[in-house]
Parts: sequence; structure tokens; C-alpha cells
Amino acid sequence: MNVPPSFVIRLVALGLLAVVIQVAAVSQISIFGVSADLSPLVVMSVGLLAGSITGALMGFGMGLLVDLLLVQTLGVTSLLYIFIGFWSGRLRELRDPAHELVPLGMGAAATAVAGIGMALIQFLLGVDAPVSFLLVQQIFLTVLVNSLISLPVFALVRRALTPALPDDPRRRRRRRYTTGGLSPLKRPSEGLGGSAGVMSR
Amino acid sequence: MHDKQVRRRRAVLALLVVVSLILLSTYFGEADSGPLHSVQRGIVTIFSPIQKGASTLLTPVRDIAGFFSSTFHAKDQVAQLRSENQKLLGEVAAYRAADIQNQQLRADIKLNDSIGISNYRPVSASIIGSDPSLWYDQIYVSAGSDQGVSTGQPVIGEGGLVGLVTVVTADQSTVSLITDHTIEIGAEVEDGVGNVGVLQPQVGNPNELVLSDLPTTANVQNQDLVVTAGFHYGKLASYYPPDIPIGVVSNANEVTLASSGQVQVKPVVDLHTLDVVEILTKPHPGTTSASVLP
Repeated sequence: MNVPPSFVIRLVALGLLAVVIQVAAVSQISIFGVSADLSPLVVMSVGLLAGSITGALMGFGMGLLVDLLLVQTLGVTSLLYIFIGFWSGRLRELRDPAHELVPLGMGAAATAVAGIGMALIQFLLGVDAPVSFLLVQQIFLTVLVNSLISLPVFALVRRALTPALPDDPRRRRRRRYTTGGLSPLKRPSEGLGGSAGVMSR
Repeated sequence: MHDKQVRRRRAVLALLVVVSLILLSTYFGEADSGPLHSVQRGIVTIFSPIQKGASTLLTPVRDIAGFFSSTFHAKDQVAQLRSENQKLLGEVAAYRAADIQNQQLRADIKLNDSIGISNYRPVSASIIGSDPSLWYDQIYVSAGSDQGVSTGQPVIGEGGLVGLVTVVTADQSTVSLITDHTIEIGAEVEDGVGNVGVLQPQVGNPNELVLSDLPTTANVQNQDLVVTAGFHYGKLASYYPPDIPIGVVSNANEVTLASSGQVQVKPVVDLHTLDVVEILTKPHPGTTSASVLP
């Protein structure tokens, strides 16, 4: 897998920017009593755009950064985000979903995995304080809020990464199909009298 | 070719998971002075100026969002606050009378109780970030060891207890809020008797705390003030000085109190709208003394 350095630089910059904005602003804005969490959405978006291995690596890196900067137990968030990035990438590799609302569903799923997974790991590590059933409500509200912002976050990540994304035949094929309105099996030149060129060859 | 891709994909996934698990178990098992904790503090120190800059830069965004959020919230609160205001006006009159009496009694017994917040050497700090996780209720403030802050110092704001300093770098500190699941506070109910219990947060419910270990016969009422107990036992002393307001009793169910010695407490400080806090860098000044005239 040939990964252009510019793509790696963009991924690192994206991760840093997302975490800094999350901590400095987004976490302090309360909607329905909870705040949005950008990081699982960014990891999900990278997985959907760049595939499973890149998604898993981005998940690990961003999770580690979150754990380091927010002074949390190292490894917890990275473990969860690895799976979010990996499975978002697998969805792209197996199904190649083209529907515009896919990031919304994936954003909800990624946030739910992050919330429920974090709760499970915390229970495994041991919690001394009593746990309220309202935790379920809080997780649900976070999923809801994150779903609302998942489409713009995906659009921003796509805009940031697309110029540097490694060349992918699948993406090239889809672009040709959507822009030309032709079958992916038919070249545009064929529809414009290109057959003459073929014959002359 | 396809098999090679599948193998590589699985190998990368397995490697990342194993590294995460090693990090998790090592971090969880090591002391606060361990290598991973030190690396974490180093990274926080490096990112601290960036975080401060970003916080300043993004203040307008935060303010606009906060304005709309507080406007909706304020509409809901108007009726409730009006009724509370009526009740408090009556209480203020009673407290004024008690205050006059208190001044006279202090003069009589020559009580030297000069402990105000200023005696705890407070250091002001602005909030530069907060944790989005439902499990870690932490804020990041713009004062660190250079300003005299160290771990274990209490943090107050808007007239009540906010939390405890848990991580310190040169110019930034992490404060675990009183709603963080790692925090427990010795607390006293201002119910005339001074019943003491342990105040714990409820994970998943950031607006309520649980005061437990109260005597099952305690006569605690709704709206009773809960303050820090600030106990001393030999060389052991609470992190928190006494009499700092924490919250008011929001649900003193008689059955729950009699069976498990617990009541619900609502924090007096809105922990999620704070802009500035004060860190008490000398929480045990030890200047309280009293002497009774012969």
C-alpha cells in the first residue's frame, strides 16, 4: 500500500485539530445536557474514506492522543477507536456504500460503540461510585447529538483528505459513473463516437 | 494477492489491539510517578500553550452557543426561581437577626475565626478545556505548579466546591470535578445537628450527588445545605477545608434514609458553565483558635 506523505500529514493535522477543538470548545457547549464528541466521528469518516487499515491506524492514533491530552487511562479510547475505524473501513471495502446518509448511520453507530464500550471497560476496571441508569439516557443523547453533526463532520473530513487520498480504482470508477451518467463499463469516448478511434487503431 | 491483503489487514488490527491492551494494563498498574504517567504529563505540558491559544480563539464560538443554551435554560427556570426568591427573602430576615446575635457572642468569647477564603491562598485560573467523556468529569485550568498549584488542592467557584486538582504541569492543571467517579468528599449537613456522611457522584447523572453513610435516624430535610466536613484525625486531614458549600439536599426520602442512610444532593455550582475557578493552594492554614473568658 503506497501512502503519499501528504496524506499522512493531513491525517495527523486532522487528528490534532479535532482533539484541540473538541477540548477547547465543543466539550463546553451543552446540547440536551450533553456535549458532542467529534473524535469518533472523525475516525469513522477516515475509515469510510480511506479503508480499514488507515481507519484502524487513525483510530489508534487519535484514541491515544485523546487519552494523553485528556489525562485518561492510556489505551482505553485507542482500543475502542481502532474498531470504529476498522469497521467503517470494512463497510466501505465490502459494500462501497454510496448513499449520502451513510455517514449519519455510521456516526450514530460509532458514537454508540464508543459510549457503550467505554462503559464496559470502566466497569471491568472497577467503579467505586454508584452508577445511575441515567447513563443509558446520556449515551443515547450523545448518539443523537453526534448523529446530527455527523454529516457536516464527514463533509469536512472528506474535503480535507480528498486531494491527498491514495488513488483508488473504486473511487475513480464511481466518479466516472456519477459524472458522466454512463455505465462504468462504457468509456465516455465510446458514447461520443470513440468507436471510430478504436477502429482506426 | 488477495490473501496477502487479508493477512496484512488482520496483522495490523491484531498489532494495534495488542499495543492498546499493553498500554492499558501497564498504565492501570503503574504508580502516578511511572513512565507512562510521566510521558502523559510531558505531552500535556507540550500541548498546554496550544490548548490555551485555541481556548482564547474559540471563546466567541463558545459564548454564542452558551448564550442560546442559557436562554432556553433560563426560560425554564423563571417560575422556579421566583418561588425560591420569595422563600429566601424570609430566610434572609431570619439570618440577619442570627448574624447580629452571632457577632455579639463572638465578641463575648473572643473567637478568633479569621478563616476566609483569602486565608487559603486562592489562585485564580480560567478554564481552558473540558473532557467530553461521560466517565471522566474533568476540566483543564490555566494555572499550574509555577503558580503554586499542586495535586490534592481543592478548587472552588461561584460560591461552592468545584473539585480537586489531580494532575499538575508547569502552567496547567487537571481538575476532577465533584461529579467525577473517582472523587469522594467528607460532607456535613447543616441540619442543626451536623450529621456527617460521604458524598459521591452518580455516574451518568452529572446533576446529582449521593450523600451516604448518614445516621439512619438523621432528620435531614430537602433544601438543607451540605458543606465540606474538613475533618482532622491526627496527621490525617481532609483535602478540603471545612464549611465550603457543596450542594443542597434535593431528595431526602425518609424510607431511603432510614434503610440505607442516603440522600440526594444537588451541587450549588453549575459545573458546566464555569469560566473561572479558584484553587486553594493552602487549604489547611490552621489559624482557628478560640478562648473563653474566665
